[in-house]
Amino acid sequence: MSIVLRCHNGIGPPVVGTALVASDNFSARYDLDRINGIFSRPTHKLAGQSYVDRILVLNDAKGGVATAWMLHEMMARLIAPRGLIFNRVNPILAQGAALAGMALVDRFEGDVTRLFRTGDELRLDPAAGIVEILNRDA
Amino acid sequence: MRLNDEERAMLAGEFGAPRRWALCHQIAVGEFFDAADFVRASQAHIMADTESLGEAGVRLLEGLAASPEAERRVRVPTITDPRGLDFAVYRRLGQSEWMAALEQRAIDALRAFGVLMTDTCINYQTVIAPIRGDHVAYGDTGVAIYANSVLGARSNFEGGPSALAAALTGRTPRYGYHLDQNRRGTRRFQLLAAPGDFAEWGAVGGIVGEACGSYWQVPVVEGIEDIPSSDALKHFGTALASFGSVPLFHMPGITAEDTGFVGPPPEAIAIGRAEIDAFLARYAAAGDRLDVVVFGAPQLSLFEIATVADAVDGRRVHPDTTLLVTTSPENKHAADRMGLTRRIETAGGIVAQGICFYQSYAREMAEANHWTRLMTNSAKLVNIVGGYGYRPTLGSLERCIASAIAGRVL
Repeated sequence: MSIVLRCHNGIGPPVVGTALVASDNFSARYDLDRINGIFSRPTHKLAGQSYVDRILVLNDAKGGVATAWMLHEMMARLIAPRGLIFNRVNPILAQGAALAGMALVDRFEGDVTRLFRTGDELRLDPAAGIVEILNRDA
Repeated sequence: MRLNDEERAMLAGEFGAPRRWALCHQIAVGEFFDAADFVRASQAHIMADTESLGEAGVRLLEGLAASPEAERRVRVPTITDPRGLDFAVYRRLGQSEWMAALEQRAIDALRAFGVLMTDTCINYQTVIAPIRGDHVAYGDTGVAIYANSVLGARSNFEGGPSALAAALTGRTPRYGYHLDQNRRGTRRFQLLAAPGDFAEWGAVGGIVGEACGSYWQVPVVEGIEDIPSSDALKHFGTALASFGSVPLFHMPGITAEDTGFVGPPPEAIAIGRAEIDAFLARYAAAGDRLDVVVFGAPQLSLFEIATVADAVDGRRVHPDTTLLVTTSPENKHAADRMGLTRRIETAGGIVAQGICFYQSYAREMAEANHWTRLMTNSAKLVNIVGGYGYRPTLGSLERCIASAIAGRVL
């Protein structure tokens, strides 16, 4: 059994991975140490945690436009998140995901930072607008 | 998305690989935001600093730029945001040769597209300003919010890939702030205290931005009695965009559009002296040893450079503190010609052109120079550099200068 949640159609390929969840916002420039693959902004709720190969579940995008390039740069060095789930993103995250070929979805019914938990095994299908929680029952 | 004949031909590759790449990227983004079609863009502004691009991004640019000239040339006037380094001062800032080499490769690629290397985040003050109703593709949050709000132009945040795509196709997906219905106010603020300097204008921008917290919110700020300067709204807008990811604000009677609200006017949130002081206090560090003072983010106008020059005349920056002024190449040339650069550098400061500090390998600069405590009058900058390992302090230009002279935060 699993839980299936629907959202707006997203960007990028289908992926499977482990969720890392926080009720916080996101910018690759503002929040990440992209050399070591961790959240580096001291006030971020995920400070010190690795984002590599995780499906990040966060609230919204922060200011700044650098993420549009940085997701692509992180993917090239294999030190990137596997996918992104947000309540609602700004154009920069969408542009970055489109360039990087990174799975991104947003616009769910409900707050994604409550719908998902850290450690959830997720399957994202951005083209279909579906996220499946594989290790939890309804 | 609905495509016209030209766009279908572009998608089929009839105009070459770069334009096909560009239109595919734009369709992916446009469909994500339910854009019905494209709108013609009159100009584009590309953020492409090499810290963000990395080796992979530079290779992408080089690959596109290797196409035949007729296929790679931009279709609309296209300019650039600040670069990763200033070749005249990068060694003094502890930046490395590999950074300079990567930067040169990116510059060569961008020039091959026919991009004009303005290297500025204040193009509206130094290059050419769009006019009301002008659809543009601007790739810097501070540039986009000033153009949308103060000038009444229309742009989404167009990150580097999307701005380049718009330059190559001459259009951008019609969603977000290209549409009338998204430009009306959604939040309301009442300013009860007049900001005293640019740091305080930035603080107000930060307060409004944090309260909005979304790209899709449009704040309306009331209660401003005196007409703010271009530099004041520059600091306000860049902080608002940085803290809130907000691309548009209205100040009735001051900014370009009077759109009203979506529905009845919401209750106003008051911002007074206590709120401004509390915001500044978040970054207080009186007495700390001061490593670097940065005037930038946004780059300085000619008026701001003159103010710095006046403030440092006859004084000397502390030997353990670096004082850095960043501005556009156009303003740097003017500052050179008018003697402002000489006055600042005589006092021990550095005037750099075409960079904006946080886009310049800030983490690596901190490590190379053993910098931790940074002071600035830019609220945007204090919001960004914490993630790069700095401990930032926000203060007025005069307080920043006095602290640079003393070598500690005053």
